[in-house]
Parts: sequence; C-alpha cells; structure tokens
Amino acid sequence: MTQMASSKNNLLNLESDAIEIMREVVSEAKNPVMLYSAGKDSAVMLHLAKKAFFPSSPPFPLMHVDTTWKFKEIYKLRDKTAQGVGMDLIIHQNSEAMEKGINPFEHGALYTEMWKIEGLKQALDKYGFDLTLDGARRDEEISRSKERIFSFRSAQHLWDSKAQRPELWSLYNAHIAAGESIRVFPLANWTEMDIWQYIYLERIEIVPLYFAAPRPTVERDGVLLMVDDERFPLAQGEIPMMRSIRFRTLGCYPLTGALDSEATTLPEVIQEMCLTTTSERQGRAIERKQCASMEFKKQHGYF
Amino acid sequence: MDISELANDMTDQIYKTGTPITEGIDAYLESNQDKSLLRFITCGSVNDGKSTLIGRLLYDSNIVFQDQLTQLEADSKKFGTQGQNIDFALLVDGLSAERDQGITIDVAYRFFATQKRKFIVADSPGHEQYTRNMVSGASTAQLAVIVIDARKGILEQSRRHSYLCHLLGIRNIVLAVNKMDLVGYDQDVFEAIVADYTKFATIVGISEHTAIPISGLRGDNIVGCSDSMVWYSGLSLLAHLETFELDHHLEVSQDFRMPVQWVNCPSSEFCGFSGRVASGTIEPGDEVRILPSGKISKVDRIVTFDGELNTASAGQSVTLTLKEEVDCSRGQIITAAAAPLEVADQFEITLIWMDDRALIPGRSYHLKIGTQTVSASVAEPKYKLNINTLGHMATKTLELNEIGVTNLTTDKSIPFAPYAENCTLGGFILIDKMTNATVGAGLINFALRRAQNIHWQQIDITRDHRAQLKKQQPIVLWMTGLSGSGKSTIANAVESKLTQVNRHTFLLDGDNVRHGLNKDLGFTEADRIENIRRVGEVAKLMTDAGLIVITAFISPFRSEREMVRNMMVDGEFIEVFIDAPLSAVEKRDVKGLYAKARAGQLANFTGIDSPYEAPENPEIRIDTTQTTIDEAAQVIFETILKFGN
Repeated sequence: MTQMASSKNNLLNLESDAIEIMREVVSEAKNPVMLYSAGKDSAVMLHLAKKAFFPSSPPFPLMHVDTTWKFKEIYKLRDKTAQGVGMDLIIHQNSEAMEKGINPFEHGALYTEMWKIEGLKQALDKYGFDLTLDGARRDEEISRSKERIFSFRSAQHLWDSKAQRPELWSLYNAHIAAGESIRVFPLANWTEMDIWQYIYLERIEIVPLYFAAPRPTVERDGVLLMVDDERFPLAQGEIPMMRSIRFRTLGCYPLTGALDSEATTLPEVIQEMCLTTTSERQGRAIERKQCASMEFKKQHGYF
Repeated sequence: MDISELANDMTDQIYKTGTPITEGIDAYLESNQDKSLLRFITCGSVNDGKSTLIGRLLYDSNIVFQDQLTQLEADSKKFGTQGQNIDFALLVDGLSAERDQGITIDVAYRFFATQKRKFIVADSPGHEQYTRNMVSGASTAQLAVIVIDARKGILEQSRRHSYLCHLLGIRNIVLAVNKMDLVGYDQDVFEAIVADYTKFATIVGISEHTAIPISGLRGDNIVGCSDSMVWYSGLSLLAHLETFELDHHLEVSQDFRMPVQWVNCPSSEFCGFSGRVASGTIEPGDEVRILPSGKISKVDRIVTFDGELNTASAGQSVTLTLKEEVDCSRGQIITAAAAPLEVADQFEITLIWMDDRALIPGRSYHLKIGTQTVSASVAEPKYKLNINTLGHMATKTLELNEIGVTNLTTDKSIPFAPYAENCTLGGFILIDKMTNATVGAGLINFALRRAQNIHWQQIDITRDHRAQLKKQQPIVLWMTGLSGSGKSTIANAVESKLTQVNRHTFLLDGDNVRHGLNKDLGFTEADRIENIRRVGEVAKLMTDAGLIVITAFISPFRSEREMVRNMMVDGEFIEVFIDAPLSAVEKRDVKGLYAKARAGQLANFTGIDSPYEAPENPEIRIDTTQTTIDEAAQVIFETILKFGN
C-alpha cells in the first residue's frame, strides 16, 4: 500500500512511478528496448526516460515497428527526435508484408496482423529483447485495464490473460526463461487527461497533427479521414475537402479518424477534452471494425 | 429502465460529462493537480455485485463516453445477465473469458474523477481461486469497499478479503451492503449484517468501518442519497469516497530510507545512486549510512533532470551523490545515519501462498524485497489461518491462497523494516527458481533474535590449511540418478580407486544416512528436500575438513541440487548424472522397489509417481547403457584427478 500515491501533486507521483519502473527494467533486463512511435504517449515515455537516467542517456535503444502507412509528420518528428536524443533508433518493417504489398485499403484485418502484430514479433525475435517498454495505458481499452505493469509473454509472445503473475506493491518479477519476454507499461496508471496535462506542463514536443489545422479530408462511414498522400484511393467523384481537424490518437493514417476542431494550442485541446463525449479509441474505430478485439490482438502478441 | 429509455436518459447526461474551463487553463490545471488521488479496491464474494457497482459508479459519475455506451448497449444484449436492462458489470469485465462465464477473473483498474478527487479503482475477482489477483489489487489500495449481498450476509470470501485487506495495511474499510432492493430496503436486514460484520472485524483488528446500504443495480446511495432508505442518514458511497480524510503523510514523517535501484555512473566525473525515497526526507549535507555495509557518508547533491533539489521526500524518484566515495550498489539501502535499519537473515513472516503447487518448506526460492533479490527458504509453517474463525491450524505446508505464519531464512543479511512500519521495506515476493512464477507474497513481522546473536566463530586453522595437509583439493562428487541406476556401486568403485592413490575420502550414501542422521525424515517432497539439505551441509563440513566427498542420493529435484551447489565453494561441486532409462532400472529392479511402487504399495517413488528432474548441465554424465561400472568409475576417477588431485 503506497500511501504516497495520494500525496498532493498527482502528476509528479505518476512521473516518479514511471521513473521507478524504467529504472527497474534497466536493472533487471539483459537486453531492454523502448518502443517508439513518435505519438503523444511515446513522446511522454521518451521524456520520462531522459529524466529516469539523467545525466546518463537512457541505456536502451528505441524501436519503431513501422507499417509504412503512418502520417508523414510522424516520420518527420521520429527522425528529428532520433537525431537529437543520442539513442539508437531501430526501424523494423515486415519485409514479407512489404513484398506482398499488404495495405490497409485492400487487406483489412490482414494488414494489422502482418504489419503490426507479426512485425512486432519479428523485431523482438530478431534483436532478442527480453524486456520491452511500451506506452500503453490501462484507461485506453477494457482488456488493457486488466494488464499488469510487468506483463509476461510466452516464447511465442502470447499473453495468457487468465494466468497473469500476481503483482504486489511495486515489486516486479522479471525472471523469465530463454525466449520468453516481458512487456512493461510505465504509463499504466496514467489517463489520457494526465498525458495531455503532462505534455503541456513539461513542454514536450508533439506532432502538429494533434493541433487543429485545415487539412484535406474525406468522410467515410461517419469517420473523418485525412488524405495524407497520393496512395489514398479516392472513390469516383470523391474530392478531399479542407476541414479544420485534429487527432486525439495517431495510428496508421488510413485507419485513424480525425475530429472537427478549432483547438490550435494545448490549453484549447485540454479544454475540448473536458467536454468530449467520446473515448480516445473512437479515433481507431475502423481498426476496431476491421479486426478482432484488442484482447485478441494482445493474446496473439500485440500490446 | 430498458436500453432505449436509458440511451435517451444518457444523451442528457452525457453532456454533463465535463465542466467547461472558465477560470483559465493554468488555474484549472493547478486545481486539477491539487486534487488528491484515492486508490481503492472493491472486493467480496462472487455475485455480490462488485462489477455492477463499479459500472454504476462510472456511469452515474458521467464518465462513460458515448461510444463506450453504444458498445455497452450492444454488449448487454449479447452477454448481459440483466435481460433487457443495461448490464453495468460489462463496463468492467473486459476479457471475453469473463464475459463468457459471467465472472471476474483478474483485477480491472478503472479511472474516474469528480470535482473533489481522482480515483483509481481496482475491481477484484470474488472467486477464491483468483484470490492472488485480488491481493495484487489490494497491495496498492488505500481503501477497500467490501461488497455484501444483503440476501446472503457475510460469506467466507467477505471474511477472507476483509482479512487480507487488513493484513496488507488498508485501514479504511467500507462495508457496502448491496442488493438492498431485493430485501425490500429493510433496515433490520442491514443492521443485522452490520452487527455480524462488526463481530468479525473486531477479531481481525479492524477498529472501524463505514457501513452503507446500497443497490448497485438501482443506483441507491451510490452517488446521491436514496429515497427508498430514508432511515439511512449517512453519506452515499461516492460522497464518502470523496470526503474521507487520507493520511498521506505517514511515510514522510518517518526516518529517511532509500533503496538503491540503479547506480548512475556515466563517466568518472559523476557517480550517483538512483532510487525512490521509501520514507522520510533528505537534504544535501545530511549524514547517511549505507546498509548492510554500515559505511557512513554525506549527501552531496540531489540530482534530477529538472535541476538540483534542496530536499526530497517519500515517493520521489531521485539520484543522490555522496561526498565521500563509498561502495554502494543496487539492493543496498541509504538510510539516515543516526537511525539505521535493522539487518537480519532470519525472520518471522506472514505468508500468502499464490501458486497451484504448494509451498515446499526448505526449498530455496528467490526473494525480492525492495530492489534486492536474495535466496531464501521457508520453514514448516507454525500454523495456517482458518479464515472463518481466524483460528490457528497445524500444517506442514501452505496450499494455493492459504495464509500462514512461519520463519524464513535468507542466504545473506538484508536491511528491512517490519511491514507494519513500512510496506516497501517489509513486503516481499517469493519467486520459484524453476518456473519463475511469483509463488508467494510475504510480510516481515520481525527479525528472529537468533539471526543477530549467532556469530561465526573465527577459527585459526582454515580449510586451506587442512586441505594442504592432505595434499588434495576438497570436492563434492554429487551422484544423482534414479533408484537402481548404479549410483552406490559406482560411488564405491570410485572411492576404492581414490584410496589406492592415498586420497582422503568419505562416501555419504542415501540409504545409510537415512538410518541415522535423517531417520526422522520420510519421502514426501518436503522431507526429501530436508534430506538433501542436511546431506549438503554435512558434505560442506567435510570439504572444510579437506575431504573428497562422494554422495549417492537420488536427489530428484534440480532446485535442491542447485541449492547444494550454492552452498559449496565455487568449483568444488561436481554433479555426476548416472543416466539410466527408467525401463532398464525397472526391469532390473534389484531391491524390488519398482514392483512395489507399481503395485501402489510405495508412495512418492521417483520415476513412478514422483518426478525426476534430470540435470541440464552436469559436469559428468555416465550413460549406463553404454558403460560398465568399471569404465564409469575410471572416467570419474580421471576427472577428479584433473581437478587438482
């Protein structure tokens, strides 16, 4: 029972929690890695890693499991950050998915399976990472609300939700056999609102897509999609409209829904957050429709 | 209310979800920052309505988003247990296995906030089978809501969970008497349950609790006060959660302690010790003592990414640099110099067992406490608890979900505080060395006096002296293999060969030792472990005396052979695997034991109804299907000579 959890400054406590978890990972792991997608949670994770090990550089590489379908601005910030931070950046793309031309427009669930789930497993196997830091939060989705901080995965990367290791206090069990691994979630107890507030208070750089600006969009099945490049197949007569939009969450651009918004600054974003009537994952609605549940994805090796 | 009605009702409510920020963003953020956080757990028996209660709490606090609501409506039709009505439990029970079975398997953590406070609620499973998941949730909670079904009253799980919450240090208990709608909102029913609970609580040591009559399904006394129970004059559940006083300065007021998590030395210019302050406050210039070494130094700087600090207190993750360079590494604890912690290697503990395989007294487990991992073994429990009466029951082990009191020995001394004083310094987990599973959670009650009072007697003649006199290198030749594999015969032949070249030896044979030293032991798993532990200790004394020790024991478990290996000086333990297939030894059956075991007249017989864990990397492996006794003895003999003999 951590009495200090209730001490006054909530964000400082969450920060200390995350730092403690990251230091534990580095102390217990043989070969740790931090997943980095250049999204808002990744930005917070990287910022916390700098704090946890200061004045040393974070003693692990960053890894981006790329699908080639992320927003252009994501790639821009990713490469810029990697240059500035003094950490190695590993970029992994599933070459089989690449060869077969698997894409989100034609292949639906197969796209997520090959690029994201298989891609992640391939990358973890290739480099033999034992402890993997990731920015998933318990408040994002109902099966994630059941996650441990140190989440055990079998040698096949599978999550057995019915037989998780007990996890008491802040004592994390990092013992594993060869080939097995552990996913670690330092932001488990953060909420979406905590993330936005922390980004504001710590002045963390995030992708401009999180702020409203006029962008070319099309609307499909009630979802606002941004036409980020020429690969977006327009239906006959479909013309992208300029609309002031922003994103609450950034996945692959053909699968990520935008919001109509005028919020161009963080305070305005936070203001809008206070009034929103939909959850963060609403923006991933297409993904949800196209493929199985998060629980299914997690059991098969996703975060 | 059916779904369509509810959905309409919801559209009105949903826009009340947030509050527009009127006072400016910074003022808003500041007020939001200063909101205290309450982590609480809901527990109680199966079907007492815990998940429904939380679902209702989330729904009535207007934090359920529109898309989640749409999902909930669809799910209620598909999986719901409430007919046409919304099944609030589905807001919390997220796993498909849970929905399929209509039960909660693991803890779900849900987040919500009101104007007054932020909350993290751990919704825990009611089934006894999943108690370890409930314990996981309780370990980080400050308040527990024990949910009771008004129709059923206090059940065994209500008692178990109350006891565990109290044991883990939760001092704020709410007794939520649920499903009041199903007992006609009857005050007498409520009061009888409260009286019953109070009796039990007093025995446990729960000095006070707050009882609230509710209906999770109907929403009575959840957010607002219920019209159906005017006889109840207390607060609603949410009002209570929002207003009761949190005692969050407890750890700050204690003496300074910080377990070292990571040594931060990027260059010869900078060396810092990173960790999270477990209690107290520290400032530059403060004198500190490093434990267990006892070395003294002074804090030079408190270093963080955001600049140096003038002070740091309980809960903060920081990096300290020290004025005088002292040896300090992960697992050690930096403490206030004037008020160091106790250091010991034997403890009385309370242990919650969390594995399907029972505790094996004497076996060596990893113990993780603070930032340190050591080896530890647990003695036979003094007693286990009867959860209904809290009476003490005699036992030889602890099964899944049992709670007992016992002694524990660590392989080296560790700094600690009793759990009741500080959970970070007195709470630990046990990890199985083979399966890597977290098998137990323990609380240190106190150190046993013996640990501090038995010192090593310094002896002038050392083991090296004795070995030199004998002109030999002491070793333990540990033969392991199935009964009838030829261990004793080969051991005998090896000893003869060694004696012929004037080596001083001693043969410890399994059967012989059981006639004397270990005649009090049987063949249960626990007794077999104790058998090996004693033989290991005797063999160690003999190597100290300079002897070449040959042992012939089935010693079926890897962890015990590993335990003996760890007792010895590095390189002095030589594992010899006498590898004979079961079919071969069973066919020969020299002592007629396999026949007896197959006939069910001999229990726990290795290879038949008790496992044999073959060595993974023995120093020597003898394949008995390819080798005669003489050849085997010769191979072993020559290997021993290579070890400096």
